[in-house]
Amino acid sequence: MTTKLSRILIIGATSAIAQATARLFAAEGAHLYLVGRDPLRTAAAAADLRVRGATEVATATLDANDILHHAEVLDAAWSQWRGFDAVLVAHGVLPNQQQSQASVEAALTSFDTNARSSIAILTDLANRFEAQGAGVIAAISSPAGGRGRASNYVYGAAKGALAVFLSGLRQRLHAKGVRVLTILPGFVDTPMTISFKKGPLWSSPEKVAAGIKQAMYSGFGEVYIPGYWRWIMAVIKMIPERLFVRVKI
Amino acid sequence: MSPRVSMPVSSWGRLCSPEHSVEPLLDRARAAHIVRASAPGLAYGNGRSYGDVCLNPGGTLWTMRGLDRFIEFDPANGRLECEAGILLADIIKIVLPQGWFLPVTPGTQFVTVGGAIANDVHGKNHHRLGTFGRHVSRFELVRTDGTVLRCAPDENADWYGATIGGLGLTGVITRAELQLRPVPGPWLEVEYLPFGTIDEFFALADDSEEGFEYTVAWVDCAASGPRLGRGIFMRGNHVPGDDPAAPPAARCMWFTPPFSLVNRLSLRIFNELYYSTHRLRAGRRRVPYLPYFYPLDHVLEWNRIYGQKGFFQYQSVVPRIASRDATHEMLATIARSGTGSFLAVLKTFGNVASPGWLSFPMPGTTLALDFPNRGANTEALFTSLDAIVRAAGGRLYPAKDARMPRDLFVSGYPRLDDFLRYRDPGIRSALWQRLMPEMK
Repeated sequence: MTTKLSRILIIGATSAIAQATARLFAAEGAHLYLVGRDPLRTAAAAADLRVRGATEVATATLDANDILHHAEVLDAAWSQWRGFDAVLVAHGVLPNQQQSQASVEAALTSFDTNARSSIAILTDLANRFEAQGAGVIAAISSPAGGRGRASNYVYGAAKGALAVFLSGLRQRLHAKGVRVLTILPGFVDTPMTISFKKGPLWSSPEKVAAGIKQAMYSGFGEVYIPGYWRWIMAVIKMIPERLFVRVKI
Repeated sequence: MSPRVSMPVSSWGRLCSPEHSVEPLLDRARAAHIVRASAPGLAYGNGRSYGDVCLNPGGTLWTMRGLDRFIEFDPANGRLECEAGILLADIIKIVLPQGWFLPVTPGTQFVTVGGAIANDVHGKNHHRLGTFGRHVSRFELVRTDGTVLRCAPDENADWYGATIGGLGLTGVITRAELQLRPVPGPWLEVEYLPFGTIDEFFALADDSEEGFEYTVAWVDCAASGPRLGRGIFMRGNHVPGDDPAAPPAARCMWFTPPFSLVNRLSLRIFNELYYSTHRLRAGRRRVPYLPYFYPLDHVLEWNRIYGQKGFFQYQSVVPRIASRDATHEMLATIARSGTGSFLAVLKTFGNVASPGWLSFPMPGTTLALDFPNRGANTEALFTSLDAIVRAAGGRLYPAKDARMPRDLFVSGYPRLDDFLRYRDPGIRSALWQRLMPEMK
């Protein structure tokens, strides 16, 4: 019933979640276009996906913060297979909250990567998908963007900005045949989170990837992965500020 | 910015979980740099070795699972190149639908390629194809001084021999090329034959090696007296067939009981049932490869069944000439102790030479079984078993070991002296410090 997503663009393709998702699409024989910051790592990911069944894999090097080059990279990507069925925007950093509190520069650097560069590339992507009149735009935000918490509000603020942007984009493109997804993975055990103590709420990148792929095929709106994060966040958002300022979560 | 994190890490036997400073290797290009900067340390794959060969308490562990990329696969000739942290399970999933399989596979598919090389693992077809290392056509070894060596039978051959079965002590294996073997499909035809005594086991083994690629036996380690040495012999070959139905989802042992669920009573009951059931169902059957090769992989974290104190695996090999008597004596000793495991494995190794200097297999008979950790009682049993292995001129398997006496290691591995010259001084493991404390 759903048509196959066979041409997929991935921004931030060497991140653990992006890599795990790309492997699932590779297993279906997709054409994958990987955009990553480090050319060696991107090439290694491409070789891996070829063996795992991808019909064709192309790569491009881009630092997402290098906004002036977005259009050039996307132009080249678009000409490869004359457009895409879907894009996954997966790049991001997890800033150290302590450093971000102490240094304006540290706070803004991570905000640039997580919000500014994402909004920039999504603005360009949105216009291309709108012109195509079809496709899926999925971008990885975070439940942390749902409410600012003392332990990670710099990260949360950027992911929240991205979520609001995606919400508007979804409304704008709905009538144009383009589905916009806000992917909200809970705690994921990746190199980005290696220093965290892991508990029962943690998921593997493979599990999150399966949720992302399913969402890209048939999901709508804000997609929490695993789904119970929707309820966790609903409760967290309901706590009155007077109480919220006193609790440590 | 490399994350440096301290966390408890244990091996499959769960005997202890010491703190380690964990340094993930995520990217081939940076591996040499990280290894040099954070040495001394030790490569840690998927943590499936039983004892302390994969631990470095208080020190650095380079975790390898992030290096899990394929590099190249040629379905025309079965050559596969991959990073060392990839699991055998991932390889099988990709290559089996294209008509290829691992030439040698251990009893779990949840080990990394690097771990399989460093422990030179073996499988049920040892008498045909030897050890895993024989099918590794080359690999890359990163030394802690920053040098990177390509190793193959005809390139850095000494490093190749020292590293296969080298317990991770010669450097960090980052990528490898394997020669796979063609198979007609995902099925095996397996014949189950009950036997009543050790002599019958050896007769079946001799009889089967010619016509069957895979031979192995389950032995009832709780049986004593006239039943001593009884078991079920299983011999099989790959056969053609379509994809089997997907196996039921793996179960998981969700909790760790306070004490071992394997005890004298449960062992007797289980073994009686297992033996009788298989005796009734003796004969030929077609079996999908998963339950045949990896029966325990169906229960994730099954190692928890032995309780909070963990367990040991004791795996020995004794030379052919001493096989019958030594095996009989070991089984009698174990039966007297009243301890042991549901899965006790008996298998004859063939003459195919191992490429590794410290490889475990030798022509003869191997016996492997688990024992819940009962402290001094368990060690007393092991001391008796050691004496039998020592007298027979055999050896123990370091990949399984957490306690072998030094003399048994030295006498069991005659090429140890050659090996010492290739050990990387920037690599440290609990096993090495225990067995070779003077080497640091």
